[in-house]
Amino acid sequence: MTIDWASFTPWSALAGGVLIGLAAAVFVLVNGRIAGISGILGGLLRPQSGDLSWRVAFVAGMIAAPLLWAAMTTLPEILIEASVPMLVAAGLLVGVSTRYAGGCTSGHGVCGISRLSPRSLLATVSFMATGFITVYIVRHAIGG
Amino acid sequence: MNRPNLFAFIVGLVFGLGLLISGMANPDKVLSFLDLAGAWDPSLALVMGGAIAVGSIAFTIAGKRERSLIAEPMRIPTRRDLDKPLVLGSLGFGVGWGLAGFCPGPALVALGAGETGAVVFVVSMLVGMAIYELIEQSRKTAEA
Repeated sequence: MTIDWASFTPWSALAGGVLIGLAAAVFVLVNGRIAGISGILGGLLRPQSGDLSWRVAFVAGMIAAPLLWAAMTTLPEILIEASVPMLVAAGLLVGVSTRYAGGCTSGHGVCGISRLSPRSLLATVSFMATGFITVYIVRHAIGG
Repeated sequence: MNRPNLFAFIVGLVFGLGLLISGMANPDKVLSFLDLAGAWDPSLALVMGGAIAVGSIAFTIAGKRERSLIAEPMRIPTRRDLDKPLVLGSLGFGVGWGLAGFCPGPALVALGAGETGAVVFVVSMLVGMAIYELIEQSRKTAEA
């Protein structure tokens, strides 16, 4: 393993992480809910009365974030290397899988680990493991 | 807008800004974090660390409350069992994450930034979530 010190951005990573943590903190303390993005999105596809508007508001806020940012300054780089078929395959897989897992990086990785949930610890270890393995296979075993 | 929806919007917005600042909205940076065998960029470990540091304080307080600060019911998951859908779902999610470099939250933010690839990913992800709903509904109908 070699560390790419030139790309290492500890302070912005930490600052962004603290903001994400604050968002999750406000959501559980004020709304009494888990800030889990896959669950919030998934619930939109299973509409129940009184359960829809807050999900729409949350998603609207997330999509508004880059708009607000762009209104003030240049957006940070967003570089997507994956091809369209790859994005479709990955999207389908992430959609189905996160619903079966009951969460993703936010619900399990941030909120779940914060409350020391055994389910979320196992989920996070599992998706981190296959994330590392998948990138290894794509970039080194078959790519190169 | 009622208070829960207003807070949901603000939390979504702050969460999105955190993802942008941290670099998580950039799939290229996510893949550099998942690429242990390449030039490794450890930044995103600090995103998780920062978020969990703040989150764990909030969830400790939240766990002792019967109602939220605006008297909403607390909806914190209570399940502790480790089951197959949790593990298989998480493993599958990690594969999708490693293929594209997108998990659900950052994909929404990149969509808001106008990235075509993020639109492809998000639409596919929603289709994946809809497939989950269909499978689960037909399974419940078969059981009934």
